[in-house]
Amino acid sequence: MSRRFALAAPVPGPLARGSRPARAGWLPRADDLYHALLASLAGLVFAVVALILFETARGAAPSISAFGWKFLTSTAWDPVAERFGALPYLYGTVVSSALALALALPLGLGTAIFLAELAPPRLGNAVAFLVELLASIPSIVYGIWGVFVLAPWLRTALEPWLIAHLGFLPLFQGFPFGIGMINAGIVLAVMVSPTLISLSREILLSLPRSLRESALALGATRAESIGVMIDAARPGLLGAAILGLGRALGETMAVTMVIGNTNRISASLLAPGATMASVIANEFTEATGTLYLSALIEIALVLFALTVVVNALARLLVYAATGSRRDIAGAA
Amino acid sequence: MKTYSIRLAAVAAACALPALLGPSPARAQNLTGAGATFPYPIYSKWFDVYHEKTGIQINYQSIGSGAGIQQVKAGTVDFGASDAALSNERLKEMPRRVLHFPTVGGAVALAYNLPGFNGTLKLTPELVTAIYMGTITTWNDKQIAAANAGATMPAAPILPIHRSDGSGTTNIFTTYLSLVNPQWKELVGANTSVSWPAGVGGKGNEGVAGLVRQTPGGIGYVELAYAKQNQLPVAQVRNKAGNFVQPSLASTTAAVDAAAAALAKDVRAPIANSIAPQAYPICGLTYLLVYQDQKDPARARALANFIDWAIHDGQALAEGLDYARLPESVVKVNEANLHKLTAGGKPLMAAE
Repeated sequence: MSRRFALAAPVPGPLARGSRPARAGWLPRADDLYHALLASLAGLVFAVVALILFETARGAAPSISAFGWKFLTSTAWDPVAERFGALPYLYGTVVSSALALALALPLGLGTAIFLAELAPPRLGNAVAFLVELLASIPSIVYGIWGVFVLAPWLRTALEPWLIAHLGFLPLFQGFPFGIGMINAGIVLAVMVSPTLISLSREILLSLPRSLRESALALGATRAESIGVMIDAARPGLLGAAILGLGRALGETMAVTMVIGNTNRISASLLAPGATMASVIANEFTEATGTLYLSALIEIALVLFALTVVVNALARLLVYAATGSRRDIAGAA
Repeated sequence: MKTYSIRLAAVAAACALPALLGPSPARAQNLTGAGATFPYPIYSKWFDVYHEKTGIQINYQSIGSGAGIQQVKAGTVDFGASDAALSNERLKEMPRRVLHFPTVGGAVALAYNLPGFNGTLKLTPELVTAIYMGTITTWNDKQIAAANAGATMPAAPILPIHRSDGSGTTNIFTTYLSLVNPQWKELVGANTSVSWPAGVGGKGNEGVAGLVRQTPGGIGYVELAYAKQNQLPVAQVRNKAGNFVQPSLASTTAAVDAAAAALAKDVRAPIANSIAPQAYPICGLTYLLVYQDQKDPARARALANFIDWAIHDGQALAEGLDYARLPESVVKVNEANLHKLTAGGKPLMAAE
């Protein structure tokens, strides 16, 4: 705990900027060169993002001027009549990602807490290694799994059960085809979990030991001490969830294979849908005509904006949750 | 930006290949093309055989008809390939005059998955439209039963499956539906991708076929060659003459032959929904797109020689891959168009 207070305020000293001695002659100091080099590398990130934004906005210009804000509220996607609207894809992206996060959060957090707090270290390390292995599986493999393993199981087991028992909800109405929003949500949840688990585990492990020790010393049970740890790690865990959400929002290949690819908005999770990334992957190569191509690029722009909004919200959430406790939030 | 990088890649490829191959026989010209995925099996076979024969390497990227047309427009390839002929308006958008060279014909088959149904599914044009419109939703519907008299249809829900990616296969299929159904033409239309009123989409022929295999009650359209190689059961479709016809090489060739006269006038004439009694109705031609006036005489000559080979000797290879060969009248039109090719204003094939 004491370490934190020591780092919280910058200590003025010989290394702090602003207090270095005047330059000797005209030669730039190695320090300055180093600083400039690193600053330009960091600046490159801004330049790349700015360039992406500029190029997408430029490509989307014909579509923006043709449809305006209606692009975001229209459900039409008709390449023949050249009428385009992004709402079904916006909806599909948000719903599939939210579903994925809802499924992955309990799984990911539970696993991470077990690995960090309860499992013997050797078992924890072994499982963590396997989890990281999961993260490196190409997304097309997840997609094939979704089509050939998950879809038949959904069609014959889960979806008929949902229709029979929860069919009174609009969420679970329709035919059990195995392909659709629910399949995409589960595949995404599996893909997002490794990120969630390994980040959450790292965050929990990085908490000072003294935190748990003091909780136990004050008479907390094991469960209560874990509660204290989670509370302390909350901003970091939130950050991990947002990184997972980011992956779900942008995931393309696996989702394209299992979501069903239609531009209809349906309340039912059993129905097919489409996401912004999947429609771009599907239609970009065969998009003929300037407006069609431009509408697809505008979808990319909307996806970019959505990612920015989600990340900004995440930052706000982290700030709201931490107040001034910036040190742990740094993990996000 | 995109055009530039592709041009750069094309230049790099053109420069690197001869270097990699070492001294090539007779200073062979390497050609680049891009476009349709539908004829890719036959095209790659052609390029392979032609390379063995002449040493000319043809780099073809099956990036889709739409992208192929874009590349032709940008002038980054020697030829484009498209399953959809360019409309008059699209031709006007091109910087210079573009010629269409039909190469082969192909059929689109309706593959289905109906456990408990033995025999061959028969569909009328009205049924195909209604299934893809989503107005008929179960297999034991009265209208399906009427077309399949004597068979008992399962009570399973129908899942119509379409291509989620833009494709020439979709263009052939929706062109057919627009021809047979005015309502489809008005509400949906024909294109490489359309706004589907019902069903789910799979990516690529393999995606559609995978969904059909996976889903009892599923029906999806795929290239005939693809359906055959994967031994999917395919539906017979009633043609204009009133016969239920199995999609096959013979029935596709019958459709192409029946359109010979119209094609001689304009190679872009549709061949779907043919009046010939044995013709399978859902089919189309695929085209190479070439600028009439070429820039580089040597490359242009190599390209013209290749097309000349493809429309004559190459045709024999088509049938092995379930593509229909061109009728004699269309070959004649192609020959006439080859003679129209020029390089820098001078005729290319005048000597021949």
